[in-house]
Amino acid sequence: MHTQKLKGSQIIIETLIEQGVTHIFGYPGGQVLQIYDQLYKNQERITHVLTAHEQGAAHAADGYARATGKVGVVLATSGPGATNLTTGLAAAMMDSVPVVAITGNVPTYFIGKDSFQEINTIGITMPITKHNFYVTDVTKLAETIREAFRIAKSGRPGPVLVDIPSDVQAAETDFTKWYEVQPYQEDQAPESEIWKAVELINKAKRPYIYVGGGAASRNLGKAVMALADKIDACIGSTFMGLSCVPGSCERYLGMQGMHGRYASTKANWEADLIIGIGVRFSDRATGDQKAYRESKSIIQIDPDFSEINKNISVDVGLIGDIVFAVGRILKNVNKAEHPEWMSRIAELKKEAKAIRDHAEETAEDPFTSIKLFDAINELKTDDTIITTDVGQHQMWAGQFLEFEKPRKFLSSGGLGAMGYGLGAAIGANLATGERTVMITGDASFSMNLIELATAVSYKTPIVIVLLNNNSLGMVRQLQAVYCDSRYSATLPDRKTDFCMVAQGFGAAAKRVTDIGAFKAAFAEALVSDRPYVIEAMIDTWEMVLPMLPNGGTIDDLITEKRQKTE
Amino acid sequence: MRSVVAIYVENNFGVLTRVAGLFMRKGFNIDTLSVGETEDPRYSRITVVFDGDEYGRGFLIKQVGKLHEVKKIKLMETDNNIEREHMLVKVRNTTESRAELKSAADLYHASIVDFNPDVICVEVSGERKIMEEFLNKMKPLGIVEMCRSGIICIDCAGNIFDAV
Repeated sequence: MHTQKLKGSQIIIETLIEQGVTHIFGYPGGQVLQIYDQLYKNQERITHVLTAHEQGAAHAADGYARATGKVGVVLATSGPGATNLTTGLAAAMMDSVPVVAITGNVPTYFIGKDSFQEINTIGITMPITKHNFYVTDVTKLAETIREAFRIAKSGRPGPVLVDIPSDVQAAETDFTKWYEVQPYQEDQAPESEIWKAVELINKAKRPYIYVGGGAASRNLGKAVMALADKIDACIGSTFMGLSCVPGSCERYLGMQGMHGRYASTKANWEADLIIGIGVRFSDRATGDQKAYRESKSIIQIDPDFSEINKNISVDVGLIGDIVFAVGRILKNVNKAEHPEWMSRIAELKKEAKAIRDHAEETAEDPFTSIKLFDAINELKTDDTIITTDVGQHQMWAGQFLEFEKPRKFLSSGGLGAMGYGLGAAIGANLATGERTVMITGDASFSMNLIELATAVSYKTPIVIVLLNNNSLGMVRQLQAVYCDSRYSATLPDRKTDFCMVAQGFGAAAKRVTDIGAFKAAFAEALVSDRPYVIEAMIDTWEMVLPMLPNGGTIDDLITEKRQKTE
Repeated sequence: MRSVVAIYVENNFGVLTRVAGLFMRKGFNIDTLSVGETEDPRYSRITVVFDGDEYGRGFLIKQVGKLHEVKKIKLMETDNNIEREHMLVKVRNTTESRAELKSAADLYHASIVDFNPDVICVEVSGERKIMEEFLNKMKPLGIVEMCRSGIICIDCAGNIFDAV
């Protein structure tokens, strides 16, 4: 292969292009000056997207990765550039998203001297990355960046950071173009363990397949449906598993857990066998883990060996390639029918509908979240990508939205980072060209609404559905349940005119107060050629229900509103 | 439960921080720590003693094993390994302490490595229990300063150190 002498900064750009990167999200600064100079010279080959804040860039790279399955790349300068990345990296870490972050740093001879904009980026990002590298030798630069990509996409994906002092960016060395690196070969679960799982499944009377982010990131939807059909199981999802299995699948009960759907959460507790695929049995997903564990068998299938038995002890753990493990199980299990279990599932679905209808009938304000999300379901297409921020709107989105295709729901599930959605929407839209809808609340939107500037500049026609209840709704709800309705710092009495703010950034905006106006505005926004903010004025006091309180059992499930309204 | 793990790590910049930081992040305190080179110059061996119940040990070993630069990790079973610690202790040099020190040194195979009019420095190594006994003998003599190496530990012959 052709070898040439290049500067470190050129090697960075050449390696990114070689690894198939089309977009890089970032913000320039003193210690990445040379990299930006190369981006300028190579703008025909790789697109740089300037965000308004490095956090937005990190979320955009994350959104790019989640929407495509490719590695997202973010670039920032030293010091504040690196510290601003941290929330974005932590969000990617908690949700296992493949991201490569490149940061500049002060020259090696200034390291440790409290130089201008110097910070120990490696130390700060160590706990929030899958791995990180500090490059001091330009001859190791290309191989380090390639290794970063490889680690990011291998096994359980995650963010990897490469910190490069500016004198290393300036140094020259030989560069040879290489291939796009492939993930490390995954282990395959041994046959003996597969058979243990098969035996448990053959014995089960009430099987429940429980899909998570791991299944979603490997596009396992079809295999899961085939398995459910063969063993006559129902399917539930974690928050991170949403959009893995199509909503139209009869066996699919939707999200379960703390704010999951009633039928899914109930069935998960009543099942005698849980087949967890790419899930970690998080505290939010199961409630009281001891009580949950009783009287059921659990099979856990995960690429990460440290997840097996971490949150819950399991009967069989299948480590490694989950596509392989699910395929082997599907091939070897007996075909089964469980009419009793299926009629119980039908009953739960009926109960769920009754609860939902009751909530609609008794709502004080007719403009309810259910109506709003039903309208979104009706008007969006199967290709529409949804991103969210964090709070009540996020849980409503998780409960009510229906998806037919994978990688259509992007949200910060593990970290729960308010302000995630807009950056992620920009990244997802630029990566796929698909219409992207960001669902947010007044508090979350206020955190990173500055990225409206980015969405306008790059003509990404993001539809922003802002559910304004003039409160920090999720925390307010927790205060209603746990603090006897003492609303500490959750009713902020802000006077922000979000429509005026949006227009100030150059976006379109409309305020709506009823479902008819919302539908009209949403239909208009979906064909708009620029970002469009719909501010939906909803009831301050609506709660996300059902709610399984922290550490509670299924008997503690709250299905009716219980709070004082001031 | 006192637990000893041996960890083979790549000899890279910051690898000790990575391992030690993980113990902290997962809520475990490190009791003793020692690091040194191994039969293969690419790797260092870190020996950590910490307190963890059965779940905690397993959890931590998997988490540490997941680090990119960790090549092998093993829980050292107490009944099947050789454990040593090295210690340097300075005590006051008085007529009484000299006699006491001499007899203790004979008993514990300790050697006097420095002698001056104010203090005597003595070196000793062995199992943790022996170290503690020796220290108890030294305390009445007035320990001025001491340092301990932390535990090093190796499997009895024939045991294979499995990769992660």
